[in-house]
Amino acid sequence: MLDDHVDILRLEKITKTFHIKPVFGSAKTVEALRNVNLSLKPGKALALVGESGSGKSTVGRMIVQHYEATSGRILFEGSDIADIADRASQMRYRQAVQMVFQDPFSSLNPAHTIRHHLQRALRLHQPDHAGEADVCRILDEVELDPNTTPDKYPHELSGGQRQRVNFARALAVNARLIVADEPTSMLDVSIRKSVLALMQRLKAERGLSILYITHDIATAEYLAEDTAVMFRGQVVEQGPTSDVVGAPKHSYTQLLRAAVPDPRQRLLAGDSGFSSHAKDVREASAHLVTGMIEQAPGHFTAQQ
Amino acid sequence: MKQNNTPLLQVKDLRVEYLTAGDPFAAVQDVSFDIHQNEVLGLAGESGCGKSTIAYALMRLHKPPALIRSGDIRFEGRSILTFDAERLRAWRWSEVSMVFQSAMNSLNPVMSILGQFSDMLKAHGKISRGEIIARTAEMLNMVGIPAERMHAYPHQLSGGMRQRVALALALTLRPKLIVMDEPTTALDVVVQREILQEVLRLREELGFSVLFITHDLALMAQISDRIGIMKGGEIVEIGTTEQIVTNPQHDYTRALWSAMPVLEQPKEAGANVR
Ligand SMILES: Nc1ncnc2c1ncn2[C@@H]1O[C@H](COP(=O)(O)OP(=O)(O)OP(=O)(O)O)[C@@H](O)[C@H]1O
Ligand SMILES: Nc1ncnc2c1ncn2[C@@H]1O[C@H](COP(=O)(O)OP(=O)(O)OP(=O)(O)O)[C@@H](O)[C@H]1O
Ligand SMILES: [Mg+2]
Ligand SMILES: [Mg+2]
Repeated sequence: MLDDHVDILRLEKITKTFHIKPVFGSAKTVEALRNVNLSLKPGKALALVGESGSGKSTVGRMIVQHYEATSGRILFEGSDIADIADRASQMRYRQAVQMVFQDPFSSLNPAHTIRHHLQRALRLHQPDHAGEADVCRILDEVELDPNTTPDKYPHELSGGQRQRVNFARALAVNARLIVADEPTSMLDVSIRKSVLALMQRLKAERGLSILYITHDIATAEYLAEDTAVMFRGQVVEQGPTSDVVGAPKHSYTQLLRAAVPDPRQRLLAGDSGFSSHAKDVREASAHLVTGMIEQAPGHFTAQQ
Repeated sequence: MKQNNTPLLQVKDLRVEYLTAGDPFAAVQDVSFDIHQNEVLGLAGESGCGKSTIAYALMRLHKPPALIRSGDIRFEGRSILTFDAERLRAWRWSEVSMVFQSAMNSLNPVMSILGQFSDMLKAHGKISRGEIIARTAEMLNMVGIPAERMHAYPHQLSGGMRQRVALALALTLRPKLIVMDEPTTALDVVVQREILQEVLRLREELGFSVLFITHDLALMAQISDRIGIMKGGEIVEIGTTEQIVTNPQHDYTRALWSAMPVLEQPKEAGANVR
């Protein structure tokens, strides 16, 4: 099928500038994204990793239209999302692309049962398939107990279970792309593994595409075919995850890789070695990216 | 110098219950541990084992339906369970502070970052506007956020930046004990390491103790002097980091270690943990 070759999502030269106006003093601008290019193939996962504050969530929020791009285009299945004009198409897009956030609690209404959350979502997509059986089917699909879960309220579920409900909701509206913003970082190790396994399964069996935003590169290796590394609003390295995480070529990715906690190594108060090295790498990585160099097939690093 | 051997914090036979419709649920039971001056004590254990419940109880920030049923918590030898409201207010944040779990959502959404530092500083002593600004800038710099961002509101900062602000706020009044409940979950490993090194540097300079709660065992081993392992509301094992890492006694501790995902180290194939 020709469709297989069309990226489900493409970001072309996306720039986003925020303006902050303090009560006193002059306005400040924050260049959250600078000329970002990304692409995601249907049924695959792209991991977006990088420094805190580098623009990862901004990318996610622009895809779900919380923010408009300052310049550049976002293409979903080949068409520019800025061109979506009528309400019906807008609705279709909002269903096709769902966001799952880090805090599994924030996106669920504490006053409503899980049944209510799922039925609402189901009704949006298929008004005549929002019955009890459909709720059960979807709960089953995210490995939640279909008998006991519907009557529960969000606070009666653990963090991992709540996150499953968020994925169930995305399934209920028949999403094709899930933007998952740090979906596991608030969960403990064993639960994190099971949520990752769920995402892996949704991708493999349902053909869902996933933009997986994370600061945990170990989990990127597990889930994502491709990985892009961001620093200060720019993509500094991207390509197959095995290359980018396994054999990073950009100095920032290498730093990220080397800083993964090693239980045998104690942190020291005066470890200026690490801090000063990190400072140098940051300075070098903040420069404007002038081009991408292909290190290996499909594996690119920024030229700065 | 007030150097002495009394632990800064002593927790003895603590039992915390949640009152539910049915029988009360003991989320923490028979928990005893000390935190010494200048010590980092790590607390680990699976989700729901009672770590945050202990953290809240230590600050006396536990709210109904939580109830301290029995036991004692002593700070510098005085039982904090006897503190009246006034004393508690003066004690909290200036002597003991806390970084809450999901701290990125604990900031006041309608107040600028500067406003939040200002509130904290003003509540605990007379301070000029100039000093407030200088102190805020200093604290933000410490956690790697440009000082000019003090005018931003929480929603204008990234998740990790908000978590760093919460950490900076907890350090601002130079307390003697800081309870950190999963303080770095929203940070990348580089920033996480820099900030924790900075916390350790500050500890050398000022002297304070930390109760460090995390589900990241590798990180816990890197920063803690001693580690307590919890399961089902109880501490099943407590010892020096060295002992917990290289020679765990309890089956559960061993199970936790083996469940830890290890990223293949490309550099050296060093000896494995334990
Ligand atoms: N609404 C906003 N107004 C102003 N600035 C913003 C806004 N949203 C984000 N920013 C800024 O844009 C930059 C990128 O933020 P973003 O949330 O995308 O980072 P991130 O990579 O997701 O970081 P983290 O890993 O800490 O979540 C930050 O400097 C942030 O302060
Ligand atoms: N308000 C509450 N009412 C009833 N039970 C509660 C309440 N808050 C917590 N619990 C229960 O108390 C136990 C301990 O919870 P706590 O939040 O202390 O765990 P934790 O170790 O911090 O877990 P996590 O790693 O997920 O943060 C859990 O079984 C939890 O379900
Ligand atoms: Mg983010
Ligand atoms: Mg907790």
